[in-house]
Amino acid sequence: MLLGVARRLLSMVITLLGVSVVIFVILRLLPGNAVTASLGVSAGLLSHAQLAALDRYYGVGQPAVQQFVSWLVAVLTGNLGVSLASREPVATLIGAALPVTVELALVAIVLGLLIGVGLGMLGALHPGRLPDSVGQGVAVVGLGVPSFVLGTGIVTLLASVLHYFPSSQSFAGFFQNPWLNLQQIIFPALALSLGIGAAIMRTTRAAILEVSGQGFVRTARGKGLAPRTVSWRHLFLNSSIPIVTMTGIQLGYLLGGTVIVEQIFVLPGLGRLLVTSIANRDFPVVQSVTLLFAAAFVVVNMLTDILYTVIDPRTRAR
Amino acid sequence: MAHPLLTIRGLRVGVGRGVPVEIVRGVDLDVDGGEKVGIVGESGSGKTLSMLAVLGLLPTPALRVLGGSVRLGGVELLDLDEPHLRRVRGARIAMIYQDPMSSLNPLLRVRTQIVETLVAHGVDRRRARERTREVLSQVGLRDAARVEGAFPHELSGGMLQRVMIAMALSTQPEVLIADEPTTALDVTVQEQILSLVGELQAQNRMAVVWVTHDLGVVARLVDRVAVMYAGRVVEHASTPDLFARPQHPYTAALLASLPRPGTAHRATLRQIPGSPPDPARLGSGCPYLPRCPQGDQECRVAEPDLLDRGPGRASACWKPRDRWQG
Repeated sequence: MLLGVARRLLSMVITLLGVSVVIFVILRLLPGNAVTASLGVSAGLLSHAQLAALDRYYGVGQPAVQQFVSWLVAVLTGNLGVSLASREPVATLIGAALPVTVELALVAIVLGLLIGVGLGMLGALHPGRLPDSVGQGVAVVGLGVPSFVLGTGIVTLLASVLHYFPSSQSFAGFFQNPWLNLQQIIFPALALSLGIGAAIMRTTRAAILEVSGQGFVRTARGKGLAPRTVSWRHLFLNSSIPIVTMTGIQLGYLLGGTVIVEQIFVLPGLGRLLVTSIANRDFPVVQSVTLLFAAAFVVVNMLTDILYTVIDPRTRAR
Repeated sequence: MAHPLLTIRGLRVGVGRGVPVEIVRGVDLDVDGGEKVGIVGESGSGKTLSMLAVLGLLPTPALRVLGGSVRLGGVELLDLDEPHLRRVRGARIAMIYQDPMSSLNPLLRVRTQIVETLVAHGVDRRRARERTREVLSQVGLRDAARVEGAFPHELSGGMLQRVMIAMALSTQPEVLIADEPTTALDVTVQEQILSLVGELQAQNRMAVVWVTHDLGVVARLVDRVAVMYAGRVVEHASTPDLFARPQHPYTAALLASLPRPGTAHRATLRQIPGSPPDPARLGSGCPYLPRCPQGDQECRVAEPDLLDRGPGRASACWKPRDRWQG
C-alpha cells in the first residue's frame, strides 16, 4: 500500500515535469515576449540600447533550456515570479483567485453528485418508471448543452427576466459575506454541475443495473437483509467504483469548465486570471496557473486511485 | 398425519412482462422437517426458479410468480409482505447457490457478511461475532480465524462454499435449499462439500432440498426425489424406488444414461435424443412426447397429471410401467 502510494507520487512528479516543459515550449511559440508584453506598444519607442538592457533584465535572450531551468528552480523554491502586467507577485494573484475556483468546483461537484447519484439510483431501482424517464431526460439535456450556453442562459434569465444580478456586485469571499457569496457561486456551480450530474447519473444507473443482477445481491436478499442494507452496502458499494472513476474524470473536466463559466459569471477565480493573463502575454502568471491546473488534475487522479484501494480490497497490493 | 413443514402446491412462474411464458407450470412438493428431498432435472426444467420463487427471490419484473401456494408451517409465503418475508429468508429457510465465487460481496470481509445476517435476524452484534467464529469452524475450515478476516477473493471456491454454508447455518434454519452447490467446484472439493452438508444436516436436524442434475448426489444424499421436466414434476418417489423401478420414461432414460460399474472404459454413454421443449411452444399433449420411446397417439391428446402409482409415488405419464415396450 505504502509502496503503491510512493510509486504514484513519483509518476505524479514526472507527469508534472512533462507538463511544465510543454507549457514552457507553447508559451515561447506565441508571438511577443516579456518586454513587448510588459510595455505594450511603447516598446517600439525604445532605443536599441534600452531594448537590449530590458532583454537582459527579463532574460529574453538566454537559451530556452537555461530559462526553463531557472524558472523551475524558482518555482521549486516557492518563487513563482512577478506578474508582468500588474507587477504583483504571481503567488499573491493565485492566492486571491484560488479559493474562488476551489469553492466553485466543490459546490459544482457536490451538486453534480447529488443530482447524478440520486437520479441514477432512483432510475436503476425502478427502470422505465417516471423517475427513470426524468433522469434520462436530464441526462440528455445535461450532456448535450455545453456549460457556456447554459451559463449564458442562466445569466440572461436572471438578469433580464428576474432582474437579479448577484454578479454585478464585486465578489464577496465566503467568510466576508456568506449570503452574497453563496448567491454568486450557486448559479455558475449549477451551470457546471448539470453536465457532471448527467455523466454521473448515467454511470450510476448502468453500474447499479449491472450489479443488481449479480449473485451476491441475491444472497444479500436471500439472507433476509432489509432493502436499505441491500441497496447501500451491497448494491451501491459495489457500484461506487465506476462512480468514483467518473467523478474523478468530471472533476478534471471541471477545471477546464471553470475557465469559461468564471468568465461568464465574472468570478475572479483562476480561470479568469488565466484568460486575462493569456491576453496580456503575462507569461509568469500563465505558466504558474496552467501548472496549477495540471497539478490539480494529477492530484485528483491520484486521489481516485487511492480511493479505489480503500473501496476495493482486490486492488490492494499485498 | 402432521402437516409437512414446507408445502408447495401448483407453483407457477412466468417470464416476460405482457403475457408471460410459463416456465414453471404447477409444481407440487412437500418437505417434512429434517427430511432430505432431491429435485432433479435438466437445465431449464424450472428447478432453480421454483426454489427462488419459494423465497421470493425471483428477479422481478422479468420473472414472477403467476400462481400457486407455498406454505411454511401453515403460513402462506406468497402472500407475505416484504418485512414478514424477510424474517423467513435466511432465518427459517436458507439457501446456498451454484457459484460461491459470485455469491459473496467482494468488498466485504467474510466476518461482516455472516455477522450482518445474524444481526438482521435480531442477534446482538457481540453474540453474532461469537457465532460467526463458531459456524466457520463447524464447516471444517481449518483456519477459521484467518478466513473470518479474509475477503472473498483471498479464498478458494471450496472455502467460499464452506463460508456460504456457514452463513446459511448460522441462523439454524429449518430448511436449507442447496441449489447445485457443487457444480462450480473441483471434483474432490465437490465430494467434501457433499459430505459436509450431509453431516451438518444430521447434526442440525434440518430439512435439505437438493437441487441438482446429478443423480449420483441424489442416490447418496436424499430420501425422496422429485424429477422435473419442462416446468413440472413428472415423477415423485423414494430414492430406492426411483432407482429400482422408474415410473416415467424420462426418469428411466436419465437412469439409463448413468455410467454403471461394469460399463466398459470409453464406452459411449447413452443419451436422451432431442432436447427439452421450448416453454413458449408447448402444445396440448405430453411435453416429453417428442423424445419418448413409449409415446403414441393417446399422449398427443392431453398432458398427463401427476397420478398416484402406489404409496408415496406418482408419475405424470399416461402409460403405467407394465405397458411399456422394450
